Amino acid sequence: MADKQSKQTPPRKSRYTADHGMAGAFEGETVTRRRFMTGGALAAGGIASAAFALPALGFALAPMFKDATPDRWQDVGPESDFNPTTYVPRVVNTDPGVGEAGKATIYVRKFDPESDKPSPSDQGKDPIPYVVVSTRCAHLGCPVRYYQAPKRFVCPCHGGIYDFQGKVAGGPPVRPLDRFDARASNGRVEVGERFSVNSELRRFSPRDPSNHLDGLWQYLYPSRPST
Amino acid sequence: MSKLTPPLPKFLRPAPPRPSEKERSSDNGEPNGKPGRADKLRESAGEGGAQVVGWLDERTGASPFLRGALYRKVPKGTNWFYTLGSATMFAFVSQAVTGVFLAMYYNPDATRAYESASHITNEVFLGELVRGMHKWGSTVMIVLLFLHMARTFVFGAYKYPRELNWVIGVVLLVLTLAMGLTGYLLPFDQRSYWATIVAVNLNASAPLIGPFLADFLRGGGEFSATTITRFYALHMLLIPGLIAALIGAHLYLVAKLGTTAPPWLRAEKKELTKEEI
Ligand code: HEM
Ligand code: FES
Repeated sequence: MADKQSKQTPPRKSRYTADHGMAGAFEGETVTRRRFMTGGALAAGGIASAAFALPALGFALAPMFKDATPDRWQDVGPESDFNPTTYVPRVVNTDPGVGEAGKATIYVRKFDPESDKPSPSDQGKDPIPYVVVSTRCAHLGCPVRYYQAPKRFVCPCHGGIYDFQGKVAGGPPVRPLDRFDARASNGRVEVGERFSVNSELRRFSPRDPSNHLDGLWQYLYPSRPST
Repeated sequence: MSKLTPPLPKFLRPAPPRPSEKERSSDNGEPNGKPGRADKLRESAGEGGAQVVGWLDERTGASPFLRGALYRKVPKGTNWFYTLGSATMFAFVSQAVTGVFLAMYYNPDATRAYESASHITNEVFLGELVRGMHKWGSTVMIVLLFLHMARTFVFGAYKYPRELNWVIGVVLLVLTLAMGLTGYLLPFDQRSYWATIVAVNLNASAPLIGPFLADFLRGGGEFSATTITRFYALHMLLIPGLIAALIGAHLYLVAKLGTTAPPWLRAEKKELTKEEI
């Protein structure tokens, strides 16, 4: 007999606290006051914590969504300073707020229609009239230096080498040197936003060194949310 | 009547009786044998410490906890290698103290950081010493940390039930290395500037999250004024706070679980007599 009873499915539990014989249960009450208070206290604590934690978190993360290279054109000298056969170093400001640390060296030369193939991104448009190369090594960001005799950029840190186009000629870098927008206006050369290029010199949004832009690898390094 | 007296300063100690006063009942007491003022003073001075401790204990109930932590049983064979954890902790405390004093002169502004750091070294009284202690101490802490980790590994101290302490230890290791990274930027000389650029770009090379991680560390797409203030806040507020809290948890577990015996000690087995078998 006892066996038979235990095998039957147990009766469904009532939703009402009164049916469980709880002391002080109300008619029609389904949540005990103790549970209600516990939940209420946890919710209040959660809301209070979120009230300071979320703004603080947003505050710390906001810069990630800021435009990495705001539009700014900087004068780097008269057009007569530059030629298609060698690079001339110039200093620009990448961040005006940090003094010397916000300055960066760039290399500037005139675009050469004979030896420079236009970038696939330029189809139908005039190519950028000046080739402006960033000195930030595409491996881990050390400053590269240009040598005229071999027409190579050389990185002091881990031996990265780039050719006259800024394409990788040896060492660990994963993509060519970054470039800058450039234009001529009133006989002066002006330098604009930085952008990254892949091995075909196709234009991409500015990336960090070490981020691949070729083959399947490029999908592992998404662009910034802001660009 | 000779009483056991606690170690008292000389002026409270009973004067030896003069030859003519051999019969005095208590030292320095009044002739009628009642305790004098000096007696009372001596008594309360002797108990003063105990009274303060008692007062605190009655109101905190701390003594069982402290007794458990300080007078816990330690297995046979513990040796000098067991002090490496405490040595690491001492190095951390030393870093915290020297760091607080460096913060009194250091200025985390990108245009002022280098000057304020060289001001500490060249002009502030003992500045070179304090900055040197902080700089070399950081290396000492990391060396001690690895030695301590090697000790717990070689002695098998990471095994049940101490796995959690190993996990906390790994987090402490990562946080300590993060201290090294964030602190390295602060002198803001050529070496620290370029080393930080390379370190941030190393973070950028992680697939998928790398670019976001680098932007978070720099506080934007370019190395800027926010980078150094960010590193400063991480270096002197966030990470040390986490380390201090985790050292607390680490030591709580050490006290709670007890330390391991060295692996070469075997549990002593009693030789069974014939009858017992
Ligand atoms: C800030 C860094 C650290 C501090 C201040 C610290 C401190 C200590 C102290 C004082 C002890 C007790 C004494 C001793 O056994 O040496 C201890 C024990 C222990 N530590 Fe650490 N530690 C740190 C990092 C680590 C790391 C990186 C690991 C391993 C990944 C680790 C794993 C352990 C383990 C497993 C024990 C228990 C040892 C036993 O029970 O015999 N700790 N720690
Ligand atoms: S940073 Fe240029 S080769 Fe590594």
